Amino acid sequence: AMEGGPSARIREGDCAVLKRDEVFKAVSVLRRRKIIFEKQWFYLDNAIGHIYGTTFEVTSGGNLQPKQEVEETTTETKEAGTDNRNIVDDGKSQKLTHDDIKALKDKGIKGQEIVQQLIENSTTFRDKTEFAQDKYIKKKKKKYEAVITIVKPSTRILSTMYYAREPGKINHLRYDTLAQMLTLGNIHAGNKMIVMETCAGLVLGAVMERMGGYGSIIQMYPGGGPVRAATSCFGFPKPFFDNLHEFPLSKVQSLLSGTFSTETLPADPEESALVEEESNGLSEEKQSSLQETEEEPATEAPMDISTTEEQDTMDISAEDVEFKENKEKENKENVREKQIKQWERRKKLKEAAALLREKNADGLIVASKFHPTPLLLSLLEFVAPSRPFVVYCQYKEPLLECYTKLRERGGVINMKLSETWLRNYQVLPDRSHPKLTMSGGGGYLLSGVTVVLEKGKSDSTNSEALKMEEPLSKRCKLQDLPC
Amino acid sequence: MSFVEYGDTIKDGDTAIVFLGHESMFPVKVQHGSVTQTKYGVIRHSTDLIGKKYGSKVTCSKGGWVFILHPTPELWTMNLPHRTQILYSTDISIITMMLELKPGSIVCESGTGSGSLSHALIRTVAPTGHLYTVEFHQQRAEKAREEFREHRVEHLVTVTNQDVCKNGFGVSNIADAVFLDIPSPWEAIGHAKSALKAEGGRICSFSPCIEQVQRTCLAMEESGFTEINTLEILLRVYNVRTVSLQIPDLGKAAEDNSSPGFDSSSPSHQGSSCANLQQGTVQFKSGVPLREVVGHTGYLTFATKS
Repeated sequence: AMEGGPSARIREGDCAVLKRDEVFKAVSVLRRRKIIFEKQWFYLDNAIGHIYGTTFEVTSGGNLQPKQEVEETTTETKEAGTDNRNIVDDGKSQKLTHDDIKALKDKGIKGQEIVQQLIENSTTFRDKTEFAQDKYIKKKKKKYEAVITIVKPSTRILSTMYYAREPGKINHLRYDTLAQMLTLGNIHAGNKMIVMETCAGLVLGAVMERMGGYGSIIQMYPGGGPVRAATSCFGFPKPFFDNLHEFPLSKVQSLLSGTFSTETLPADPEESALVEEESNGLSEEKQSSLQETEEEPATEAPMDISTTEEQDTMDISAEDVEFKENKEKENKENVREKQIKQWERRKKLKEAAALLREKNADGLIVASKFHPTPLLLSLLEFVAPSRPFVVYCQYKEPLLECYTKLRERGGVINMKLSETWLRNYQVLPDRSHPKLTMSGGGGYLLSGVTVVLEKGKSDSTNSEALKMEEPLSKRCKLQDLPC
Repeated sequence: MSFVEYGDTIKDGDTAIVFLGHESMFPVKVQHGSVTQTKYGVIRHSTDLIGKKYGSKVTCSKGGWVFILHPTPELWTMNLPHRTQILYSTDISIITMMLELKPGSIVCESGTGSGSLSHALIRTVAPTGHLYTVEFHQQRAEKAREEFREHRVEHLVTVTNQDVCKNGFGVSNIADAVFLDIPSPWEAIGHAKSALKAEGGRICSFSPCIEQVQRTCLAMEESGFTEINTLEILLRVYNVRTVSLQIPDLGKAAEDNSSPGFDSSSPSHQGSSCANLQQGTVQFKSGVPLREVVGHTGYLTFATKS
């Protein structure tokens, strides 16, 4: 069940991530498909066959060409000023005009040479301090040197990418918070995990990566089906999905009370997505209101979370033609196929229900837009004693309530409400300092451990709960700090 | 039980965690005939522990009771015997994710220290991965080996007693990731590079001081590492408290009985909080930061070999 190492080569159909400086974008590697990334367009055709981690230059015509490691062509005369007392901002230090630069670009001159020309035509460059020169070159390089690295997707890359590009889709779950969840939840191979998330499938993917295809996962989902747009960006091998189960949240109560049946299935996610496509997105019957407003249907092309409109229309029209051609044939087979599909879904639902009924899950991970309290109070029933649980919430207040309600319920100990702060640093000789901006918030976590719940003894549990709510002392041994 | 596989019941030879109350716990080696003293009285292993379910409440001789928990690397980190300064779970979490560790990963680590990070690494790379950990202090290396045996993970780890700066990790072109927590990591960057797979991998170095970070970053750049990135992660823990604040007496009650001097649309009138005007207080729930928190553990510098 192992994945290929980092040495794996880029293949057609792969899920890959484009990287330019700190900016990421997930794409599927397809031939003759125009990609737009950081205001540049290109094709990935030439990247196929290269090793992941290769850096490419975009050449004219949108082709990619592996970048050769060239020695920095630094100006031999290392002239530099010591301060800026004589540098005046008259707006005329650059002798090249906008039109000149555009002409250079249109001629297909390499970015590296444009940067060199900009330096040569800057009257103040030589008077700048060495550090200021460095900064100037870096800035220009970023603008004119079009290099793109293609990397293999991982939780590190995808969670960083989502937090930067689409924080709303993952409830502003910052990557260091996700990292805490995986550790606090003791996620590892062989676990039987319950995951309830509305983070586009990113949390699910992170859990799947840490379990490496060993063990099982039951994903609880709201509405018509689980959203796994981010999950598919990981490019997991097929066997990883063999033990991935899903169970509708709307059936949890009936499962707990023993009245569960598979007779009424929740709306088929694929069906509802299809209906929406056919009627140009006007159909509202089958989609729950929640899904309409926020989530993409599970079947949507998962890769390009920022596909350009141009691509979207191209794809849809191509599908449309195919759709019409096959429509007749499909109609006949449709009924039978639907029946088979429904039978299969029932079977899968029964399997998931059976797994939950054992009430021996090895952990619970919750990261959703819903209020965490009802989720925890119900889903913890499915977890074995002495197992960790972790709840994420973008806001602190619902977790305060959740904490109190769990104390009243009993059956949980060692609860901790926490948050992490993340600070990035610039480390350069004589210029080291924290980066100017840091993220204001990456959400909050409530974690704890389950214990055997003694029913009918809630009084004693309550008094214990109060005892345990005492302020924590000696949590951090300050004498332990490094010096 | 083992540190990489959950078990349901407590067995002879297990390492279990005795939980006495908030943040008060200790590890115990379960042995037939053995006894453990707690402030609530004695626990007799043969009758009180062996065969019981993990997560059970166990009554001690004086009538008090404790919970017995299944060991995890996180609980171990909170309870292990310190032989050195250790890494805590907050740093361990980001290290694990940023090194892209998962089942099957091959990891090199130095120094082993008290084995806090080692247990977490082993948990993550099991069952098909491996940890090569290097510790130059002979007693510490031996103690770590002993613990790995006791915790039934010795098949997933190799402990080498040598100086990583002089002799490297004892393996080459094999690792997906390297972690360094030593006083002079810049002296081990070359060895780290050769331990990593030829195709590439990730590296992380942990240092408390910025001067160490600067030398490390330079060494990484000289060795051709890319994506060099330094960060720091801090944990904020909150106590959940119900707080009451007294409402000041502005003499309004005497002036006008109908306006209690408190805006009824204020959030404290909704949800969990409530105003008790008779007693002149308003109650609300709050997450209160601890009085003293860890302000710095170390800088984490990550980079890629490609």
